[in-house]
Amino acid sequence: MKKECVAMLLAGGQGTRLKSLTKQIAKPAVYFGGKYRIIDFPLSNCTNSGIDTVGVLTQYEPLILNNYIGIGSDWDLDRKYGGVSVLPPYVQSEEGGGWYTGTANAIYRNIKFLNQYDPDHVLVLSGDHIYKMDYSDMLDYHKASGADATISVIEVPWEEASRFGLMNTNDSGVITEFDEKPEYPKSNLASMGVYIFRWDILKRYLIDDANNENSSNDFGKDIIPAMLGDYKKMMAYTFDGYWKDVGTVASLWEANMDLLKEKQELELNDYSWRIYSKSPNQPPQYISHEATVHNALINEGCRIHGTIDHSVIFYGVHVQEGSIIQDSVIMPEAKIGKNVTINRAIIAAGSVIEDGAVIGDPSPKSDITLVADEDSVLAQSYLEQIIK
Amino acid sequence: MDRIAGIINLDHEQDVLDELTYFRCSAAVPFAGRYRMIDFTISNMSNSRIESIAVFARRKYRSLMDHLEQGKAWDLDRKRGGLFILPPDWNDPTDISKGDLQHFHNNIDFITRTLADYVVVSGTQNICNINFREVLEEHKASGADVTVVYKKVEELYPEHKRAHKLTIDESGRVTDIHNDQRSNNVYMDMYILEKNYLYGMIEDCIAHGCSHFFLDGIKARLPQIHMHAYEYEGAHALINSVESYYRHSASLLNGANHDDLFKEEAPIFTKVKNEPPTKYSQDSNVTNTLVANGCVIDGQVEDSILFRGVKVAKGAVIKNSIIMQRCEIDSNAVLENVILDKDCRISNSRTLIGVPEKPYVVAKRVSM
Repeated sequence: MKKECVAMLLAGGQGTRLKSLTKQIAKPAVYFGGKYRIIDFPLSNCTNSGIDTVGVLTQYEPLILNNYIGIGSDWDLDRKYGGVSVLPPYVQSEEGGGWYTGTANAIYRNIKFLNQYDPDHVLVLSGDHIYKMDYSDMLDYHKASGADATISVIEVPWEEASRFGLMNTNDSGVITEFDEKPEYPKSNLASMGVYIFRWDILKRYLIDDANNENSSNDFGKDIIPAMLGDYKKMMAYTFDGYWKDVGTVASLWEANMDLLKEKQELELNDYSWRIYSKSPNQPPQYISHEATVHNALINEGCRIHGTIDHSVIFYGVHVQEGSIIQDSVIMPEAKIGKNVTINRAIIAAGSVIEDGAVIGDPSPKSDITLVADEDSVLAQSYLEQIIK
Repeated sequence: MDRIAGIINLDHEQDVLDELTYFRCSAAVPFAGRYRMIDFTISNMSNSRIESIAVFARRKYRSLMDHLEQGKAWDLDRKRGGLFILPPDWNDPTDISKGDLQHFHNNIDFITRTLADYVVVSGTQNICNINFREVLEEHKASGADVTVVYKKVEELYPEHKRAHKLTIDESGRVTDIHNDQRSNNVYMDMYILEKNYLYGMIEDCIAHGCSHFFLDGIKARLPQIHMHAYEYEGAHALINSVESYYRHSASLLNGANHDDLFKEEAPIFTKVKNEPPTKYSQDSNVTNTLVANGCVIDGQVEDSILFRGVKVAKGAVIKNSIIMQRCEIDSNAVLENVILDKDCRISNSRTLIGVPEKPYVVAKRVSM
């Protein structure tokens, strides 16, 4: 059955800069915003944009991700034709097989999957970003401009521009040049990792790229430069909403803290653009007599007996009497004992924090503390407290 | 493993919750911040691996059907069995059945077709967390024809007045069912029996012009029928009045009561609304309150229950109240001992105060 546009979501990233948060899960499965995993954002965007066929390319630690996606019913992607398909690397009879060698290789190896739907366009997404975006608007722009490829861009502050892949464009939005993290930026339009290609053109480039032994099989490094070199029509589509790369512990923490701002840039309480996720099916949260809660996002199943100030608390978290949590993110099912102090920290899912532990550094510029390996970190912080 | 089918019989559940049952049957009344009363019955059945469940509905079932959908939330969207909501569309010209026997007669296919050997029949006004597998084991061990579930309540409250009570002998056999106000063996409107036995009883009841399956069919024949009593020992709330609804809601603020009802190993499921986590502002002041997802709280809330998507503006004060889904409380409004049904809006500086014994109930979609 023909589909006008099929989405391919690159979800194989290891996310090493998220340290132990991705020790056993792929980066797109990392928790965000009190309830979600990162991948909920692109999947919900697809559903809300009317894109009902999504291939999810997995590679690194796929167990939790595969299990989480299931048949896609949580995002309304359990469809008779299309829906969500998890596409791990596989072995082919003649070409052999092995891991996906790059983002372009992952799509190349799934040409057969895409051909099934005979799409006119392919939407390539990454599973690393937090944003709400209507891909159908971008597709309309792509079709109206007659582009071979359209790359979604966002204006970033000039002083930070050199951290991004930048698009130099002419007045009509045609991309003339692509600079990957240049020292002296000529533009402040950063690529958001959201591409729409004409499928017939992309397919040709993917095949050429696969035959090129010197290629690293990467969209940013190989496919986009090759298309620009051939003067293919490539358009920049400017997005002006909230968009954040959550690739590091600090940026993940920041993005969570952004949700607590008085004027929200990323409105999650939006009936017209729901972010869907798997429901943990827990009873409502309980805020006790002794609790004090200010400036917080708290999810179902929590039992709060302590003080929560400017923090994001995921489902099933228990915080006992006398504990103070400030400027922190507490991931699902973590159990916080009595008289614990947590400042500027991310506590990983399922952590058990013993009574009296002191975690994190409250001074505003300090690094974010990550507690993921319960035993070692806890023992250490407990020791520090005794020494004090 | 024995197969069990479930029947949720709503025929005898009167709409006694005043404004809360103006537009819905009591099974569909919201409870405990995010559930409907029937969620407890269905989740208990689903957790007991009862995979084929019929709901006998007669009136005000629109909200119930909307809530239950195909049973997906309880994992009951099954190829074999699943959830059947059976409203009264009966066109059998030979039908002579009366009362709730009409449901049994006209939906007899549900009973004859099910692969189950046993059937659990339950209402929805007894909120509890029960494992019907344990009831079945005791039923089989006792060799009884029917096993009824009861709760030995510590203290008798007005809601128990209308409930039936059991007299039980030392062997656990029920010798009498009555309304004795002194008895604390409260019958929980749940029983289990063999499918074939149920089928025979239905035929017999209809032939004899009975109109209440349990009272005319089972209770009336008590000396001949071997009826065993299963004692349920967990959390229990009989809700058949606004007063009992309000008191049992408040009792969930007690951690021990709450944990008895919501168990990790036997969760209560409900329709998922995809609400984000609740947001508390800098000015919020919330204590001793159950809060569901999707709320935005700027005001003060004490000793209350907030359902999903409630907005409490700055300066608003809510005490000892139950605020249902998507209500909006504007700034400086004061609510005390109030139950607001869904989608209500209380405008600036309005004050609504009920008394603890009789909360002030506001019907659905009222703005004031």
